[in-house]
Amino acid sequence: MSDDPAVEAQGLVRRFGDDAALHEVSFDVAPGELYGIIGPDGAGKTTLFRILVTLLLPDAGTARVLGRDVVKDLWNLRSRIGYMPGRFSLYPDLSVAENLGFFAALFDTTIAEARETIAPIWVQLEQFAARRAGALSGGMKQKLALCCALVHRPEILFLDEPTTGVDAVSRKEFWDLLARLRDEGLPIVVSTPYMDEAIRCDRVSLMQGGRLLVTDRPAEIGRGYPRPLLAVRGSNILGLLGALRGFPHAAAVWPFGEALHYTDARRDAQVEQITRELAAHVQSAGLSGVSMSPIAASIEDAFMWYMAQEQAA
Amino acid sequence: MTGHAIDARALTRRFGSFTAVDAITFHVEPGEVFGFLGANGAGKTTAIRMLIGVLAPTSGSATVAGYDLKTQAEQVRRRIGYMSQKFSLYEDLTVQENITLYGGIYGVSDRDIVTRTGEILGRIGLEHAGDELVRDIPLGWKQQLAFCVALLHRPAVVFLDEPTGGVDPITRRRFWELIYEAGAAGTSVLVTTHYLDEAEYCRRISIMVDGAIAAMGTPAEVRKAVGAETLDEVFLKLTRPGTAA
Repeated sequence: MSDDPAVEAQGLVRRFGDDAALHEVSFDVAPGELYGIIGPDGAGKTTLFRILVTLLLPDAGTARVLGRDVVKDLWNLRSRIGYMPGRFSLYPDLSVAENLGFFAALFDTTIAEARETIAPIWVQLEQFAARRAGALSGGMKQKLALCCALVHRPEILFLDEPTTGVDAVSRKEFWDLLARLRDEGLPIVVSTPYMDEAIRCDRVSLMQGGRLLVTDRPAEIGRGYPRPLLAVRGSNILGLLGALRGFPHAAAVWPFGEALHYTDARRDAQVEQITRELAAHVQSAGLSGVSMSPIAASIEDAFMWYMAQEQAA
Repeated sequence: MTGHAIDARALTRRFGSFTAVDAITFHVEPGEVFGFLGANGAGKTTAIRMLIGVLAPTSGSATVAGYDLKTQAEQVRRRIGYMSQKFSLYEDLTVQENITLYGGIYGVSDRDIVTRTGEILGRIGLEHAGDELVRDIPLGWKQQLAFCVALLHRPAVVFLDEPTGGVDPITRRRFWELIYEAGAAGTSVLVTTHYLDEAEYCRRISIMVDGAIAAMGTPAEVRKAVGAETLDEVFLKLTRPGTAA
């Protein structure tokens, strides 16, 4: 493994017609880091990935992967990069083993040579070796695609939404595999629309509208939430939502599982004061049995805060 | 007539020797938001296709909106709305044309279509987009619009198959607020999702494993019954044995 940063992106811009898919995106990935790009559909994740894996040219800015320029050094890079595109891109009519053998042959290697690299995934796939790829479950398809992206023993992995549409259990198993690969020193850049997956990464960037909203360790992103945040519970969720949004100091109120998350607009207001005022406010709105408590912000709270700031700007 | 919006009894569907839906029994009350959960391949979509009257059950019975699925499928289809992630609206028609088309198909009067168009566009903030092609509006709006269109004929029950896949967290919540409002207005909602936090928004949930309902109740009841702190954990405990392929 080299000591160069795994990825260095500087001011990447990409337009499609009049629309800018990327607005000056800059970030870097350290050697051996598991790095997440977290954002919904249309955020620009796939455009960013396609530039980094040398399949798309940026309109402005530069990017280096493994110390090599993605535009000038593409032929050097292509055999050193493992890329798993968002759309299932294996051959549904070939068996699991045939798909893997095909990708190995493309890179002038064999499954036997790759055995050690793909071992943790192959043990889960082996029992389906003769099954057509098109007949696998969603989770297994993604594991096969990961296996194919690893078969030429790449020095870095780019995984574009590998867990989208996959159920919660299979998603967890997939992330367990990524953690193992990272522990062996392989840098991984992975994108996902699922906010809860951010905690599986060493560092993440939250992405929306072609911009990186914020970049940090997952735990720090929640800690950096800039306003008091409370969870509010009650039996009449819809009534409570309306009442809280009608409170003059409410900055944001959103449903969050069984509770509502209330952000106060006053940066330095004390929780006791907010609680007292809110309690009086919901009571005057005719709601009873309401409880509230201060909470730590999640990645999703942070995403929504920064997204709203960006939209207001 | 049971008074339930959905009342399924031992509903079963086999494909050859494979039992996709294995004698599921559950009901959904009027105005209830019911989360219909399960791993990929657990049988949710097959069950929904039976409940919306496009796939005949192998055995068992169900009433939807008070009508029998086997003998009154046509009445069932008139009284339900359906929205899937894959098919929602015609991209080459404008917002207004989509509303008019669906209204016409479901026999909504011209006057009601005009009134409800105003209500829908006002509610989701698309007042100025009536003449835009659906293809040109952002994904989040499309999904909200598709939901409102599914409610255009005031169905008793609406089925939502993964309505929020891929959308940003703010849009996802706006979508759930529309679901709450539909429920509060008396429409029953049966919804599937891979976001387990969304399951907490439901009054009751069921979790399907290998074609059968493995747990059912309010989110709190299900957590307690399975002995788990979170629904994530519930899901793991119930579905791990069945997820090998």
